[in-house]
Amino acid sequence: MNRYALWKYLIIAVSLLLGLLYTLPNFYGESPAVQISSLRVAANVDTTLLQRVEDALKKANIEAVGIFLEEGSIRARFADTDIQIKAKDLLESTLGKEYIVALNLLPNSPEWLTNLGALPMYLGLDLRGGVHFMLEVDMAGALEKSLDRYSADIRSTLRENKIPYTGLEKQDKKLILKFRDTEARAKAEAEIKSNYPDLGLSEKEADNRYHLIAAIKPEAQIRMQDSAVMQNITTLRNRVNELGVAEPIIQKAGADRVIVQLPGVQDTAKAKDILGRTATLEIRMVDDEHDLDAAIRGKIPFGTELYEERGGGPILVKKQVLLTGERITDAQPGFDKDNQPAVHINLDSNGSRIFKQLTRENVGKRMAILLIEKNQTEVVTAPVIREEIGGGRVQISGRMTSMEARDVALLLRAGALAAPMDIIEERTVGPSLGADNIARGFNSTLYGFLAVAIFIIIYYTAFGVISVIALALNILLLVGLLSIMQATLTLPGMAALALTVGMAIDANVLINERIRDELRSGASPQLAIHAGFERAFDTIVDSNITTLIAGIALFAFGSGPIKGFAVVLCLGILTSVFTATFVSRGMVNLMYGSRRRLDHVPIGKIWIPKHSLTNGEAISHEEDGTNEASVSARIKTREQKKTSIQSETNSPVETIVDTNNNTADDSKTKSDEKTITKTKSKRKTSDTKLPK
Amino acid sequence: MEFFRFNRDIPFMSWRRTGAAISIITFILSVFFIATKGLNLGVDFTGGTVLEVGYSQTADLGKIRSVLADLEMSDASVQNFGSSREVLIRLPIKPEVSSAQLSEIVLNALKQADSSVVMRRVEFVGPQVGEELLENGALALLFVSLGIVAYLAMRFEWKFGVAGIIANLHDVVIIVGCFAFFQWEFSLTVLAAVLAILGYSVNESVVIFDRIRENFRKHRRASITQVIDNAITQTMSRTIITHGSTQMVVIAMLLFGGEVLYYFSLALTIGILFGIYSSIMVGSSIIMLLGVKREDLVKLEKKPLENDGAVV
Repeated sequence: MNRYALWKYLIIAVSLLLGLLYTLPNFYGESPAVQISSLRVAANVDTTLLQRVEDALKKANIEAVGIFLEEGSIRARFADTDIQIKAKDLLESTLGKEYIVALNLLPNSPEWLTNLGALPMYLGLDLRGGVHFMLEVDMAGALEKSLDRYSADIRSTLRENKIPYTGLEKQDKKLILKFRDTEARAKAEAEIKSNYPDLGLSEKEADNRYHLIAAIKPEAQIRMQDSAVMQNITTLRNRVNELGVAEPIIQKAGADRVIVQLPGVQDTAKAKDILGRTATLEIRMVDDEHDLDAAIRGKIPFGTELYEERGGGPILVKKQVLLTGERITDAQPGFDKDNQPAVHINLDSNGSRIFKQLTRENVGKRMAILLIEKNQTEVVTAPVIREEIGGGRVQISGRMTSMEARDVALLLRAGALAAPMDIIEERTVGPSLGADNIARGFNSTLYGFLAVAIFIIIYYTAFGVISVIALALNILLLVGLLSIMQATLTLPGMAALALTVGMAIDANVLINERIRDELRSGASPQLAIHAGFERAFDTIVDSNITTLIAGIALFAFGSGPIKGFAVVLCLGILTSVFTATFVSRGMVNLMYGSRRRLDHVPIGKIWIPKHSLTNGEAISHEEDGTNEASVSARIKTREQKKTSIQSETNSPVETIVDTNNNTADDSKTKSDEKTITKTKSKRKTSDTKLPK
Repeated sequence: MEFFRFNRDIPFMSWRRTGAAISIITFILSVFFIATKGLNLGVDFTGGTVLEVGYSQTADLGKIRSVLADLEMSDASVQNFGSSREVLIRLPIKPEVSSAQLSEIVLNALKQADSSVVMRRVEFVGPQVGEELLENGALALLFVSLGIVAYLAMRFEWKFGVAGIIANLHDVVIIVGCFAFFQWEFSLTVLAAVLAILGYSVNESVVIFDRIRENFRKHRRASITQVIDNAITQTMSRTIITHGSTQMVVIAMLLFGGEVLYYFSLALTIGILFGIYSSIMVGSSIIMLLGVKREDLVKLEKKPLENDGAVV
């Protein structure tokens, strides 16, 4: 009965093999590396760049352990962090601004493991050091700003259409327009309705004035918020790229929040500066009248400035700002009517009017689009104005590839933050603390495991060894599973791993105690093992479900590190049920199941109690056997008969001790602890066989 | 080897008045301390800034305090953290200074005073985030409690659900009471420990209740007290071994886990110790108080087969 079919052993073998395979990468550690990727789509990361990197390193006598091209980035490993930093500085200066050169840690696992997709767990910020920010988009501020824009736009609309109004004020997130008569109000309402579909209008009479109240519609607000958050994320991503962080995480969290995680970043002041920086976009006119060469030599004409054009030479630009990036509502890459790559820009109404005027006055001249970030100004593009452009739809084309068009569109869109952002949570962990935390988590798990292992082996002997092996395999499977999922391991996660060791042994304790119970009540070894595993299973499931409920709640309501704790806890429960019941059963079956005559269960010495008698009524399994014959009791009796016949014919050498000797009161102290060498309790007969 | 060798069932239920007295007294004391002393809530819940810095030699706390006083931050708390070279500085929320700058200002000032200072950790939690975390923590506690009651009610009967959750919430209140009494820092990780304990100790009640049900089925003539005493005595060994194993790991965490895991493992320790007591004394006493009857459990089973119940 204690045998498994081959497929069950195969399942165990395969799952353990997979567990081992995916746990393995975690042991190889990581080595310092430099990662090179392109900042702009136009800059290619290919074999030529690889050659350049190799040559540059060779020239400077910096030895790389390995350089390879993978997934659009070049990675070079180095022996230690000193060389890594030297290499980073060197590559940064040789490759220029087109590329991001970032410090990174690369797993040392051998190639065949990586090819199998076996990667080490991702270490959380508290283990590897780094910065975590939670930023909140100031939506109230953004709404305020857009109301300001609307109020300026409405004023000019009313003026253009010659609609008389007596006042326009902003109050409580609403715009209140005041009119002398209903006629003017009706006209204004119609005009605003057609021009600004995102505004909800209502009428009100007060102080002999006819009011028109305009508020941004809720659905438009949500749209604004979403697009503001998305745009901010794009902007942040661009900025983080400049920081040279290898694996930044920038993601939306909730309706108006963004999480930024920068592993390995130590210079938090710089990180905060870059994240909180405001970039601006300006449209100015190019000065083509003055001599550019003279300007380059240092004679910059009055009222102009000298800048670099992206992908081009120096350019003279007038100081007067005609339009700022705030007026751009959208920018998309596309094609013009000659099927040339182009960028399509949408301006808001005020912007369109200004743009219409400036293009009318400057046909044939060049205008420059400048991006000002971190006090650095760059001319993104400087196209020639061909004709007057109205309607707020601007197209920039000529001298660009479709990749460049995408870059420019992205920059125009993402150059500035859509709405101001505040840091509402910051967690920075220094590298020394990160290393300490790994050691702490590891030592807790290791020593906890050793303590439990020693205790369980002493208490349950051979079955204890099996339990401990099952427990070790549980950790193996858990780590393997976490590695497959590429879960982020944090310090609370490691605490959960340690706690899993302590809690998972519960399942084995339940099984072993149950087997002892069965032996105590007189079952044969094979039957006791069988019944022990079968009966403990429900209890194991039961007792784990409550912990699982707690784990799920922690996952649902917890944040950041607590989520990590919950994930490990929940997975640990699942793997422990698997290893404690299925795998340890497999081991037991393999070792004992095939023995036809198992006369001893190596589960430690079992003490057999005198049965509890309270008020003259017995509560014990033995007594029950008589009045309530259970299925298993019947099996037991059958087994006993069989074995007793066997034992008589085989004339056993072992001492057979009756486990149910109620009559021998004086033997109480001596026979308290009895080794059940051969459990053939002759119930109700109470005779003791002596060795022959 | 076997720890427990009882020849007869231990009359736990006859001590239930003593147990009730102990429970009620500790419970009232806990509530009293929570109410009067309050919890020393960590930065996760209150909002504010925490800076952990390391020095190459023993840190001069007085000097650090004077540096902070010069920055007009004399309301900051400065204390050693883990070793004499590590210092934890807590700064309350200052509305006039942006949080992002605050830690930079302090670090720069400390660097000027002693160049060997190294930033080990900075945590800033805005007030709105703190409130949310507190709210989510309360929600999680509610969710776990309801989940457990529902599970026990489904698996056994409502009386068992109520008894199980009272026994375990009693543990939770005592853990929180200890944190209030000793003014230990109650952080997010401590909350996680409390919730994990809540799920973990209910196991204990489940195992005992399972045994009670089985005993009800088997011993028709036994009184309720006998049934419960027997169930507890039978499961005693498993309870101690399981909790002992878990406690060994928790001790390893107490010793090797560092400051961050210290209070976490402390909460677990209190939870595990009181968990043993409460599942033995509190849970079972309450089901007696609620007047559990054989019919509550045995009737529910359509086929009263002996071997379908899970027992330890």
